[in-house]
Amino acid sequence: MNEISNKWIGERTIRPDGIDKVTGRAAFAADTSMPGMIWGKVLRSPHAHAVIKSIDTSKAEALPGVKAVVTAADIVDFPVDTPVPLGIQDMRWMCRNVLAREKALWHGHAIAGVAATSEAIAEEACALIEVEYEVLPHAIEIDDALAKDAPILHDFITFDGKPSNIAGTLEHTKGDVEAGFAEADLVIERDFTTRPVHQGYIEPHACLVSTAADGKMTIWSSSQGQFMVRAMTALLTGIPQSNIRAIPAEIGGGFGGKTIIYLEPMAAILSKKSGRPVKMVMTREEVMRASGPTSGSKSTVKIGVRKDGKITAAEGIYWLQAGGLPGSPIRGAVGCALAPYDIPNGRTLGYDVVSNRSKVAAYRAPGAPIGAFGVECVLDEIADKLGMDPLDLRLKNAAKEGTKAVHGPTFPLMGYVESLEAAKAHAHYNAPLGPNQGRGVASGFWFNAGGESSAQVNITEDGNVVVTTGHPDIGGSRAGIANICAELLGIDYRRISVLIGDTATIGFSNLTGGSRVLFASSIVVTESTKKIIATLCELAAKIWDIDPEAVIWEDGEARPAGANAGQFPPLTLEELAARANESGGPIGAGTQLNTTGAEGGFGTHICDVEIDPELGIARVIRYTVLQDVGRAVHPSYVEGQMQGGAAQAIGWALNEEYLYDKNGKVDNPGFLDYRMPVASDLPMLDTHIIEIPNPKHPQGVRGVGEVPLVPGPAAVRNAIHNALGIYFDDLPISPPRILAALEGQKAAAE
Amino acid sequence: MTKIHVTTTINGEPEEFLCDPNETMLDALRNRLGLTGAKEGCATGDCGACSITLDGTLVCACLMLAAESDGHEITTIEGMAEGENLHPLQTKFLESAALQCGICTPGFLIAAKALLDENPDPTETEVRFWLAGNLCRCTGYDKIIRAVMDTAAEMREAAQ
Amino acid sequence: MTNIQYLAPATLDEAVRAFAAAEGAARILAGGTDLLVQMQSGFAKPGMIVDVKKIPELMAIEETAGGGFIVGAAVSGATLERHPTFGKIWPGALEALNLIGSTQVQGRASFGGNLCNGSPAADSVPGLVAAGATVTIQGPNGRRELAVEDVPAGPGKTNLAPGEIAVSFTFPAHPAHSGDAYLRMIPRTEMDIAVVGCGVFLTMDGETCTAARVALGAVAPTVRRVPDAEAALIGSHLDDAALETAAAACRAACNPIDDKRGTIAYRTSVAGVLLKRTVAIAAERAAQA
Repeated sequence: MNEISNKWIGERTIRPDGIDKVTGRAAFAADTSMPGMIWGKVLRSPHAHAVIKSIDTSKAEALPGVKAVVTAADIVDFPVDTPVPLGIQDMRWMCRNVLAREKALWHGHAIAGVAATSEAIAEEACALIEVEYEVLPHAIEIDDALAKDAPILHDFITFDGKPSNIAGTLEHTKGDVEAGFAEADLVIERDFTTRPVHQGYIEPHACLVSTAADGKMTIWSSSQGQFMVRAMTALLTGIPQSNIRAIPAEIGGGFGGKTIIYLEPMAAILSKKSGRPVKMVMTREEVMRASGPTSGSKSTVKIGVRKDGKITAAEGIYWLQAGGLPGSPIRGAVGCALAPYDIPNGRTLGYDVVSNRSKVAAYRAPGAPIGAFGVECVLDEIADKLGMDPLDLRLKNAAKEGTKAVHGPTFPLMGYVESLEAAKAHAHYNAPLGPNQGRGVASGFWFNAGGESSAQVNITEDGNVVVTTGHPDIGGSRAGIANICAELLGIDYRRISVLIGDTATIGFSNLTGGSRVLFASSIVVTESTKKIIATLCELAAKIWDIDPEAVIWEDGEARPAGANAGQFPPLTLEELAARANESGGPIGAGTQLNTTGAEGGFGTHICDVEIDPELGIARVIRYTVLQDVGRAVHPSYVEGQMQGGAAQAIGWALNEEYLYDKNGKVDNPGFLDYRMPVASDLPMLDTHIIEIPNPKHPQGVRGVGEVPLVPGPAAVRNAIHNALGIYFDDLPISPPRILAALEGQKAAAE
Repeated sequence: MTKIHVTTTINGEPEEFLCDPNETMLDALRNRLGLTGAKEGCATGDCGACSITLDGTLVCACLMLAAESDGHEITTIEGMAEGENLHPLQTKFLESAALQCGICTPGFLIAAKALLDENPDPTETEVRFWLAGNLCRCTGYDKIIRAVMDTAAEMREAAQ
Repeated sequence: MTNIQYLAPATLDEAVRAFAAAEGAARILAGGTDLLVQMQSGFAKPGMIVDVKKIPELMAIEETAGGGFIVGAAVSGATLERHPTFGKIWPGALEALNLIGSTQVQGRASFGGNLCNGSPAADSVPGLVAAGATVTIQGPNGRRELAVEDVPAGPGKTNLAPGEIAVSFTFPAHPAHSGDAYLRMIPRTEMDIAVVGCGVFLTMDGETCTAARVALGAVAPTVRRVPDAEAALIGSHLDDAALETAAAACRAACNPIDDKRGTIAYRTSVAGVLLKRTVAIAAERAAQA
């Protein structure tokens, strides 16, 4: 824990990148241009499932203005029988995701890329590429992919000894589930479905790649990790990492969807072939057809309780869509589903199911909202049947410090119970409801993450500070880092510049994702800043000719302490910076660590809805997010994470879904019909920050961003149940579904 | 393709450029004039990230041909601050953390300014509906709506 | 590469000449909020774009006797919103136009563009039909006038002859104690295409409805008037029985499709609900007018 006074930690300071973002100066990936730049466009599969028999690019290459063409033949092949993991991805699937190799696996799968002197010529050239396909039957939904006569996407995948679309499983068990259900007085079991939803970042994927004659390559792109961009591009093109400099542009939203790359390897090869800088920008339609949403799912959740509400056993079986290549977030689903509860006998099992949809990508707490949805819905029903308050039911079973989770770990100090108690005491929970209104609650968990992080902190010659870290700032992390550094140095935060370094200027730093960035980067920034403070104290000691241990750093200056206290006038940071050469020279310190000590986060949501029973519309009219965040280093951006997650959850619950036509083509590939919440759809989103500092972090940080999505869909669904007395087990709970259910309810009553 | 010569005014300055007949105002701003503050989120008028004003009326630059700007006045986010003096909305967005990734921010600021120019005392509902064409996926809109309401209140007070 | 021409003629004659000469390769550009989207998706590849916004007649708003109006076909919703009296007299038609898209879209979108785009879900068209508006059309063979409900011919199709351009919309004199209203159902609160749209115009004599026009959008291949619903309202006190008969007529008039925006059952059910709600607003306005 940080022991000095909290002057800056917890302050709502102005973010370092703020001015650029409110004046239009901030450079996002598509905002960068170069002299001689040409444009790349992608030819995409018109079929949901087809063998690629041949690709003839000669006519495209002959078109005036075309400078280069790329196909899978230019991409390094990773044979399907040898796993090559890179972070959360496997290069076997990445090389087939970036450009279709043996097969087109979904409508919109990239087949070839063209670079030309204009976007229009590149598009025209794409249309001249002749691809011979053998069209195959396709499977879109999980049930289609699991059917007996389902088209098999990959003949190398087997399950139970037979070719299958089940690409993998993950199971967690604790205790004896059957015995646990036998002890129960009440057992509720339900089937659920959730639809794939897109991260919905407003900035489409974009990159600019320039290759010099000596083979050195520079990539400007929008991603959640410049080092991931470098590593994947290197692996897929065969170019050594040392020849690739990946520069992180400002990123216009990611939510997990930019932990993966699509365009960079194509642009790299096109640039190498043409000798020209190549810019590629996806259209929104391409984003919707070809970039990863999160999985759709089906699940069966069964929970048994005693009359007093104590859970005796719980089981969740989940099938998650991976898209056309393996790798759905089953870990998040089966790991997080039961984590908020102290369950003596539990089992979760997840299946990774491939089908002819774009390959899924991470989305905010990947898999966890799917896991939580069924569990939180069944708990709602149990509370209802037992006549118990749903928060009391959760309190009765809440995981605490020392609880062994079904997914394995024993929880340390954490604030789940506090979130439930805060919810119970909250004015929202105790406010009266009007006609056609209902209130629901739900809880959720996310692992959070540590991992590799690097930081360099330099003192400028005039006594100010430049901090460089290696993580793209996706939601205000630079502001948090400025607060922490200011706190440690005891200076005004405005004297600190916080920058995101590129792969050539800062050490390896893992992805921005998993709610790890402020956790990990503040550890390395703290280490670096402490080293600098030690250097400054040594310098002062040398100037004063006293022992370094007799110098303390306070309020931005070195002061003689102990026996020497008051003997010398303090030396400020400016004064010491100017005299740096009197000791070791320029003042700066770097730290590179594989950080540990990230602990899981818990939150509870309260949602009120109002139903228009004639039109079947559910509107969220009040919403409160309560969460243990460890320490809110910059409360505004902590609240922002909680609010943003809740808004995405509301969209997932009520309106967002992919719609496919009978040919396996997405029918709503744009913001018009992929209905994300707009400003008039939402109320103010209240937040209640709980701070149970993480004892393993210097500032107590726990990770914030993922948890606020996890409980949301169930909170909305439970509120609708409360309003109507109808259980909706399939998302989204759209107007036609509500109206049909109400008409069914009316018919049953008559 | 034969290019069209356009004479227009952008952020108060006379401007001339050549464009293709089917080129959008957004592409002209971003690719010809170096004004990349207007963003392309969808190119179909559904996200508002390319919001600009045309003779004072709020429009999407992606739904307008560059050729249509001939003889008219365009303002973009680059023209919102006066030198180093930020518009009160810009200041308030910073103070209120009404942005996270920032990609939608220029569009929200242009749209919010157009609202306050027309209606200095909007209700929360009016602000929400006016800004419904500006998508933000990061914030849940809460801090944006508050920032606009707070700016309006402060501007009303300052005007008295 | 295909060569595209952009023209912005200052006179209607010039526009009609160019539009007709292009023989179907040209598209009219009013607000552009549909055309540019279609060009972006590759659905429309016009060889010529005829921008009609420099033609004074298409950009004019004229108030005629007794609350009538002539509104240029390319006048934007934002411009019409700023007009001092139009929205007071024809609030339903104005709100129908200004439910199209976002504030940004309303800065450009026009009655003429919305009608000529031929979408069955066009928001302003039921509003215009309910208002009893006619559209003046000019083409190579001169000028003619059509009732708005006679223009749509099916999804993406109109009864305009080749080379014809919508010039202006004529709103009739507004009888005393009359009111119009438009409501639509969308899943969100804004930004969606109508799942069902309903425009209603009523004239009241005390508690009795003496005239009614009802139009539905998004429930059939074209926006359609519902004479049976009108008949049920006329002569009634807008009592529950009359409203239910009118709602049933609206449901019966539905011939919708199942698509990404709504199901047949849902659209049909909602048409009746919207009829009742829209009538209530129109009646309230009629009482105040």
